[in-house]
Amino acid sequence: MNFAVIVFPGSNCDTDLFHAIKDVLGEKVEYVSHQEHDLEGFDAVLLPGGFSYGDYLRSGSIASFANIMPAIKDFAELGKPVLGICNGFQILLESGLLPGAMKRNAGLKFICESTPLTVEHNETMFTNEYEMDERINLPIAHADGNYECDDDTLARLEANHQIVFKYDDNPNGSKANIAGIVNERGNVLGMMPHPERAVEALLGNDDGLRLFQSILVNWREHHAVTS
Amino acid sequence: MPLLLEPSPNEIKEKKLYEDMGITDEEFQKIEDLLGRKPNYTETGIFSVMWSEHCSYKKSKPLLNKFPTKSERVLQGPGEGAGIIDIGDDLAVAFKIESHNHPSAIEPYQGAATGVGGIIRDVFSMGARPIALLNSLRFGELDHPRTIYLFEEVVAGIAGYGNCVGIPTVGGEVQFDDCYKGNPLVNAMCVGIIKHEDIQVGQAKGIGNTVMYIGSATGRDGIHGATFASEELTDESAEDRPAVQVGDPFMEKLLIEACLEIVKSDALVGIQDMGAAGLTSSASEMASKAGTGIEMNLDLIPQREEGMTPYEMMLSESQERMLVVVEKGREQDIKDIVATYDLEAVEVGQVIEEKRFRLIHKGDVVTDVPVDALAEDAPVYHMPSKKPEIVQQSKKTLSTNDPQTDLEQLLQQPTIASKEWVYQQYDHHVQTNTVIQPGSDAAVLRIRGTNKAIAMTTDCNSRYLHLDPKRGGQIAVAEAARNLIASGAEPVAITDCLNFGNPDKPDVFWMMEQATDGMAKACDVLQTPVISGNVSLYNETNGTSVYPTPVIGMVGMVHDLAHITTQYAKEVGDAVYLIGETTDEIGGSEVQKLLSGQYEGEAPQLDLSYEQKVQKQLLEAIQAGVVASAHDVSEGGLAVALAEKVMTTDLGMDVNLTGEDWIELFSETQSRFVVTVKLDNIKRFEEMVEAKRIGSVTHNRKLSVYFNGNKVIHHSVETLTDLWKGAIPCLLKSKV
Repeated sequence: MNFAVIVFPGSNCDTDLFHAIKDVLGEKVEYVSHQEHDLEGFDAVLLPGGFSYGDYLRSGSIASFANIMPAIKDFAELGKPVLGICNGFQILLESGLLPGAMKRNAGLKFICESTPLTVEHNETMFTNEYEMDERINLPIAHADGNYECDDDTLARLEANHQIVFKYDDNPNGSKANIAGIVNERGNVLGMMPHPERAVEALLGNDDGLRLFQSILVNWREHHAVTS
Repeated sequence: MPLLLEPSPNEIKEKKLYEDMGITDEEFQKIEDLLGRKPNYTETGIFSVMWSEHCSYKKSKPLLNKFPTKSERVLQGPGEGAGIIDIGDDLAVAFKIESHNHPSAIEPYQGAATGVGGIIRDVFSMGARPIALLNSLRFGELDHPRTIYLFEEVVAGIAGYGNCVGIPTVGGEVQFDDCYKGNPLVNAMCVGIIKHEDIQVGQAKGIGNTVMYIGSATGRDGIHGATFASEELTDESAEDRPAVQVGDPFMEKLLIEACLEIVKSDALVGIQDMGAAGLTSSASEMASKAGTGIEMNLDLIPQREEGMTPYEMMLSESQERMLVVVEKGREQDIKDIVATYDLEAVEVGQVIEEKRFRLIHKGDVVTDVPVDALAEDAPVYHMPSKKPEIVQQSKKTLSTNDPQTDLEQLLQQPTIASKEWVYQQYDHHVQTNTVIQPGSDAAVLRIRGTNKAIAMTTDCNSRYLHLDPKRGGQIAVAEAARNLIASGAEPVAITDCLNFGNPDKPDVFWMMEQATDGMAKACDVLQTPVISGNVSLYNETNGTSVYPTPVIGMVGMVHDLAHITTQYAKEVGDAVYLIGETTDEIGGSEVQKLLSGQYEGEAPQLDLSYEQKVQKQLLEAIQAGVVASAHDVSEGGLAVALAEKVMTTDLGMDVNLTGEDWIELFSETQSRFVVTVKLDNIKRFEEMVEAKRIGSVTHNRKLSVYFNGNKVIHHSVETLTDLWKGAIPCLLKSKV
């Protein structure tokens, strides 16, 4: 399986994602610059965390106009997996690939800690290796992670089972404790917690590894069917 | 034309305008002698920053020469952007600590943020990728609105910058004492990793080579920052706000990536960041070190504002700027690399054979001085010193009749209380190397591609230095080493940030002499040479000096990932041991402050050969795999150390102690550790380490301490944890 890690100016979790895929998951991975226009040959696209364009204007807003974005939208329309983590999630919201918006954390401060989550939906291509309602811990590190959407959107998210992860202790004030959502089709996931920071027991937590394994398992199943 | 408004050389001399720039009569005479004429306004400004204490170390140099600076591991000692140590596998670690005290006192967010930015550039200008940040902070007591504001904004500034550039802030310390009320200390340390072959030095070699400028345009911010940092703060210092720079971490992130790619190019000859004294110091130091000269055309310098004078350009401390020397004809190589990061590299001058520092502006030569006059020929002073009255008091004693309450209160002293409120605002995970996170004795980061790790810490208990600067200087080094040992690391080298008051005062200079004597001795015995550092003097507010605060940043090697150890008790049934003897030393301790409201008497004793022995024994035991957890005993003494071993765990501890007086529970006798050992390993541990078995780890989540058979502390660990974690947020909320 071949993963693309998109690199925007100011991305800073790109190397962490690259390491997680290459050295821990053991799959192929390449960096793709924001200046590129196509994603030919990739099986999954990962938008890393960090501070694209310094978070100037609004987190993720400038990156959502990058050259690579139309290719990411096309990629998503093909039903292939697109994962945005932290700033990557913010970019997916700003570009309209996912509904809703991010506000400043309720406490108005940056929060870096490991936080408990519940897996709300395990029949997605990102969570099939988790149990339903399983409690996991993942690190968070953000200042703008307070997810907001209108009530109609929330009702739709709930009705379509698009809420994938919920915070147990809601550290940032997110609506309905939302930590991660997928699009209606289920192939675009945005989440504030960092699964790529939790893939090695040495660093104290490997709860995030199964998220990447889920993508791989799903791809292998489809690959077996189509070939 | 702004130039016309500048005073003439005659006016500068006759009206003594140089005095406002911090130049003395004697120094001005020396400048005249070196030039053979009177300096013009730009030249006077250039000399004033290059000869400021901040850049020239003119008053501290004789003290710095005492430090050991070499060992088998040292690849680069003091003098470059950062020192470098060999960690094997063809890898090396670069690190340095630097102060940003004065800017942070005036404009705390930007002062702290740009302090972080500056130290990062020092490290990546060596060719090293920055992998960790630490911060050593000192504030007044949290009982004053201005102090609370400074504390909150400094932490926010560090977070705002460090988080954005994607370098984890993994450790440091924060202490609170009244002496820092008007003059907080903000010391930032950066650690980077580098392959031996990529090590760079800031030298302008090769006559005819091109000098290029990369990064932010030059503005009027930070003019005379180095001079500002070399003066005492007064009530009028807020008027110097233009001397504080503004940071742009996004630009820094682009610069890091661009420069780390540039250093791989063989077109690069030398690279240096524009830190204190900006363009002036970076260009003149690169030439001076290479034995060459530099000529720059100031019209080519990217400028943020119109009509900037040469004086303003040369003294600006605008952030996020780098100067590089490139092989002639290969300028395009560099331009192409930086263009991929949306940056520009601009040719601004060349290396010349004459050892001159020459600047052209609108066709005129506006500066023409010998390069060595700026760096090498800076004056060096041997300041008079005099022992002050306060030091060397007799030993004081103290007693307590309620250790339970004392412990509760000590855990809520902001210096001892949990710093979670601080480090939760710092991204300490990014780059995914952090094995031991903030909170334990030292931070530990694995080194990818090896089975090794490095550990790092910053330490300095200035109360001991206040009572006895020499012994306090020794203790600062010893304590840093203890924190590394307890984490399973072999201490390798240090960087120091010497924060003192006004060196022109003989009693302050005496403290500097004593403290550096003590540090040098401890570095010698513990085999941790000084490989980089920074001096911050004039830390005074309206004539009152901070306590002598030589902050030690120490880095150690963990030779095998299996050696990594934390302070937290691990398993029910493990035996608890105390390494080291306990006496009733309370001088400079937290309990003394709590019960008597002041620091007095004698600082704790330190026997360096004993210190070295216990450190060696414990490290060998950890490396042999017989130690489950280890923690040094520091502020608050043994009782606090025991609480720290179980707070945040699901465990408790039963401990039996003997002694003369309950106060020994809180005395700060040096060279002590509390460790836990699995029962299976007890025999081997006792063979390797001189230690006293004092208790065991329990499952009941209670800390129970018996003293001479009497139960003196019996407390729920959960309550202790709440008190300890809640203390700082509570102090901040009770906006006074």
